[in-house]
Amino acid sequence: MKIDKDQVENIAKLSRIRLTELEREMFVHQLNNILFYIEKLNKLDTENVAPMAYTSDVSNVFREDKLKPSIPLQDVLINAPATKSGFFKVPKVIE
Amino acid sequence: MSLRLFECTAHQIKAKILSKEIRASDFIKIVFDRIKSLEPNIQAFITINEDEAIKKAIEIDKKIESNENVGLLAGLPVAVKDNICTKNLYTTCASKILETFIPPYDAFVVKRLREEDAIIVGKTNLDEFAMGSSTENSGLKITRNPWNLECVPGGSSGGSAAAVAADLSILALGSETGGSVRQPAALCGVVGIKPTYGRVSRYGLVAFGSSLDQVGTVSKDVRDAALLLRVIAGYDLHDSTSANVPVPDYLDRIDSGVDGLRIGIPKEYFTDAFNADVYKALKDALKIYERLGAQVVDISLPHTEYAVAVYYIVANAEASSNLARYDGVRYGYRTSKPNGIIDMYCRTRSEGFGNEVKRRIMLGNYVLSSGYYDAYYLKASKVRNLIKIDFDVAFEKVDCIICPTSPVPAFKIGERANNPLEMYLSDIYTIPANLAGIPGISIPCGFSKEGLPIGMQILGKHFEEKKLLQIAYAFERETDFHVKKPVLKISSM
Repeated sequence: MKIDKDQVENIAKLSRIRLTELEREMFVHQLNNILFYIEKLNKLDTENVAPMAYTSDVSNVFREDKLKPSIPLQDVLINAPATKSGFFKVPKVIE
Repeated sequence: MSLRLFECTAHQIKAKILSKEIRASDFIKIVFDRIKSLEPNIQAFITINEDEAIKKAIEIDKKIESNENVGLLAGLPVAVKDNICTKNLYTTCASKILETFIPPYDAFVVKRLREEDAIIVGKTNLDEFAMGSSTENSGLKITRNPWNLECVPGGSSGGSAAAVAADLSILALGSETGGSVRQPAALCGVVGIKPTYGRVSRYGLVAFGSSLDQVGTVSKDVRDAALLLRVIAGYDLHDSTSANVPVPDYLDRIDSGVDGLRIGIPKEYFTDAFNADVYKALKDALKIYERLGAQVVDISLPHTEYAVAVYYIVANAEASSNLARYDGVRYGYRTSKPNGIIDMYCRTRSEGFGNEVKRRIMLGNYVLSSGYYDAYYLKASKVRNLIKIDFDVAFEKVDCIICPTSPVPAFKIGERANNPLEMYLSDIYTIPANLAGIPGISIPCGFSKEGLPIGMQILGKHFEEKKLLQIAYAFERETDFHVKKPVLKISSM
């Protein structure tokens, strides 16, 4: 599969990344090289192979639903680019 | 010539501190003097933690003077890769997007270091978000290989490996997703462990590929690796993927030897694809193991050639999701004067991330997107299972697998920087272990004609770190590659 400029623009949009014309051209070229390399997987017949997403056999780790202290609010907000009255502040979302 | 103090191993320094031959506060000053004289050349650190380190050393001295119990790492300097959270100390991931981030909590492994009285000397450089194999993708600085300043230290834990190799720290923590501890350890001539998936808690390790990520150790020799792994391993309530498996004393019976052990040599790894010096070093190492009574057995890992392709689908799919959190809302960089919230997200990420990170996020989103998921992500997950089965089959025949850590010694800075695919292939021998979740250790096993270190890795079954350390130690005891030091010129600051 080959990827074109429009597709790269679309993935960039999905990724919330804005590209310049020059970057778009560079990524089209580089991503195609990588995708071409990845194609080698198609040489393998995997019809009867189960997918593996995870290497250990741990599943469904549960814990008691008990209240525990969190990191203090002021310690959390200290890294925020903008705050107001104990909240994260962002540009207006709804017009 | 006797060793200068900063050249000592953790065990040697620990003995001197505990016997009151030297005070922790005096030793830490020696370490910071060393950092000050060499850091301008090496550039291993993003943040240096001198004030806190000296305070901590004085506390440890007081404990020792009053004969109180001290921790396993009492007074030992440890450098921490800058994608591992340290409370009140910058954790940047070498990214502009996190350049100002100060974690409000310690990672599990950092908490363990503190509990055992280690001293955190600083935070080390890495490829941005640990994405790379040379540390050249750092958004903040270029780290140089102490053995040749024109060469890369490997990556992504290049700062940690360079710091230990140049004696700027005695121990270091790194992290692995596809070889990021073992490969730089090999290229810098030090010891690196990638533990079993789940052996060490990832709580506070900035997430990259969550089904692959593990914190690992960097040290000057195998016994120091055993000591540090014992401290950081173990179950943690805060990481549901951490395994509730007892942590053994890795130093206990580390000198058991390899008599009667079966060592597997995967034929797929011993091809002409790798450098002649690396090939010779590995062959010589195997002769030593045979002399020590081990049996070398040919094995096959038939799906090796697919590992890099699988990795770049799986790791980047996971990364695209993990890195969605950098949006300029809660922490890190935010663009100035955004025109609405979507514009804020897009400009923050476009200005904050470097090209390699953007490339991987886009690749990850592509392989997960509707219409491509089956062809890429699902296919890769199936081949990943085949790679794991290869190891399961091999370990029925052998106790461990030995192969090169990297196909080549350290390469020149800039040599591979413009070809992402070629860079990805640097990890061809390390990636399979991450995909299968098995542990691996890289130890020095020789030098190239140019005098650059060569690393050999030993891979084992899940949770068999103890056996790997015994096998590694058997070789280290017979050789002196690990005690060789790079010749470094002191520069004035």
